[in-house]
Amino acid sequence: MVAVQTYGLKKHYGDTKALDGLDLEVQRGSVFGLLGPNGAGKTTAVKVMTTLARPTAGTAIVDGINVSENPKAVRSRIGLTGQYAAVEERLTGQENLELVGRYFHYSKASQKARAAELLEMFDLVDAASRPAKTYSGGMRRRLDIAMSLVARPSILFLDEPTTGLDPRSRIAMWDFIAKLGDEGTTVLLTTQYLEEADVLAEKIAVIDSGLKIAEGTSDQLKDQIGGDRVRVSIVKRENIAKAREAIASLTMGVVEQDPESPLTLSAPIRAGERVVPEMIRALDAAGVDVADVEVRRPTLDDVFLTLTGHQAEPQESVEEARL
Amino acid sequence: MTATATSSPGLVEDTPPTGSAGLAGIVVDTLTEAGRHLRIIPRNIELLIFATIQPVMFVLLFSFVFGGSIATPSGFRDYDQYLMPGIFAQTVVFGSAFTSIGIAEDLSKGFIDRLRSLPIAQSSVLIGRTISDLVRNMITFVTMLLVAFLLGFRFEGSLLAALGATALLLFFSYGLSWVQALIGLSVSSVEAANSAGFIWMFPMTFVSSAFIDPENLQYAWLRTVADWNPFTKVTNAARALYNGTDTGNNIEWSIAWAVGMIVVFAVLATRKFNQISD
Repeated sequence: MVAVQTYGLKKHYGDTKALDGLDLEVQRGSVFGLLGPNGAGKTTAVKVMTTLARPTAGTAIVDGINVSENPKAVRSRIGLTGQYAAVEERLTGQENLELVGRYFHYSKASQKARAAELLEMFDLVDAASRPAKTYSGGMRRRLDIAMSLVARPSILFLDEPTTGLDPRSRIAMWDFIAKLGDEGTTVLLTTQYLEEADVLAEKIAVIDSGLKIAEGTSDQLKDQIGGDRVRVSIVKRENIAKAREAIASLTMGVVEQDPESPLTLSAPIRAGERVVPEMIRALDAAGVDVADVEVRRPTLDDVFLTLTGHQAEPQESVEEARL
Repeated sequence: MTATATSSPGLVEDTPPTGSAGLAGIVVDTLTEAGRHLRIIPRNIELLIFATIQPVMFVLLFSFVFGGSIATPSGFRDYDQYLMPGIFAQTVVFGSAFTSIGIAEDLSKGFIDRLRSLPIAQSSVLIGRTISDLVRNMITFVTMLLVAFLLGFRFEGSLLAALGATALLLFFSYGLSWVQALIGLSVSSVEAANSAGFIWMFPMTFVSSAFIDPENLQYAWLRTVADWNPFTKVTNAARALYNGTDTGNNIEWSIAWAVGMIVVFAVLATRKFNQISD
């Protein structure tokens, strides 16, 4: 079941091509990560999918509805949490949630009941009757997301949900988002944090300059650039040939000598951790003293660098200034 | 419904998550929006204090400072009878600046994007905002009238005429709210809205008949500007109604200006609103 689909989505602002033919497919009930650096087009993509911006060309289908043809129907099926915590600061958390219920023409009783559920779910019960302006950054974001969930949207769009949060709040926020995913909510989140996409998203699309440049699970993306590597450092230089011989059969390819250290060998391996004990036993049996064995999984940073030729450069600043 | 297990178990009874269509929907959504703004007025104590002090200060300041130094124009019991309608007019016109500031605030905190992603009648956002500012202006007006009465200002005409004058001033300021709506949607920050919404009001209210008889202005061109200034028209209309004198064609001019502003700027502001994140 497909929740969101875009074909050749383009959004041009004059000469700037914020989106230049984006194709996406988000499965229902999954957390989908749209990963890219500042200015990659993530926010623009979300704006088009949530009816805030009209595409220059291409099609976006959200919950089976074409966003260009019936934006109002799309709006009744989605929740959007933008980069700014869009809460009414002088209203309390509870009032903010009830306000959204009122926008959806819920009865007073339904507004209250739904607000109570969401306060519970987002751990805001104690702060429910305090004005939102007294909330910490993390609490505001949680309230913001809760407000997007009032009408039980089919798809929740989260545009950089942790940008600007301190590390502890960020990790707490990950727990909440992961919980939404576990409960079956379809979530499309954008992020410039590679770790965030890695932790939360079952499927990741990497975008750069308005185009998708790679897609897959975090593991698939990592495999694209060659999987795990093991680095073995030994104690005595004269044993290097023996060491190479001992580990060769356990690796997946050429065993290379580290250009910067004559005592270190590196090689690609499969299923990292389980090979390591065998490798150590083999080296021991060959009489080679081992100083260090390290298995390195490539990070999404490596993926990004390989795919785009430049670093992802996460920044704290707000991306894609409002137009 | 396609809503999968989107929310926690144990749901409340379901109201369909779609806004009612048509006029009823616009009315409900407009009331929700206006209600959102009005509810926070008593919670913003600083703003409330300043919003109350300003009209009181204007009334006292102009009355005491100018009262002794400006000759009472002929046909008025005293200068206050001439001045107060001008101050009323100036204050409600200044009050319209809340519209641009409020919209700029909603924009900068992303609330407009939130509203635009909801299935509400989109026109309710601007209508709700301008209506709430009209209500705010009414509250200001009552405060001002009380102070003016304490200083000796009286309705010299009929009560009906006085009510008409009040309604006319508020209607005029409502028209200006739509000008301010466009300004609020066009500027990039709350600070910019604050200046862009206020700056042109000073020449508009001072080069007018609000405080002096324009005949006494020292340049002919300035007199022409003052005579044609819509603010002069509405001030003169209100002044005549409060004092029971001849309104000339000032009421017609004032209404025409107000209607013109609403029509033109509602169209422009709505268009701007629909393109705001595009």
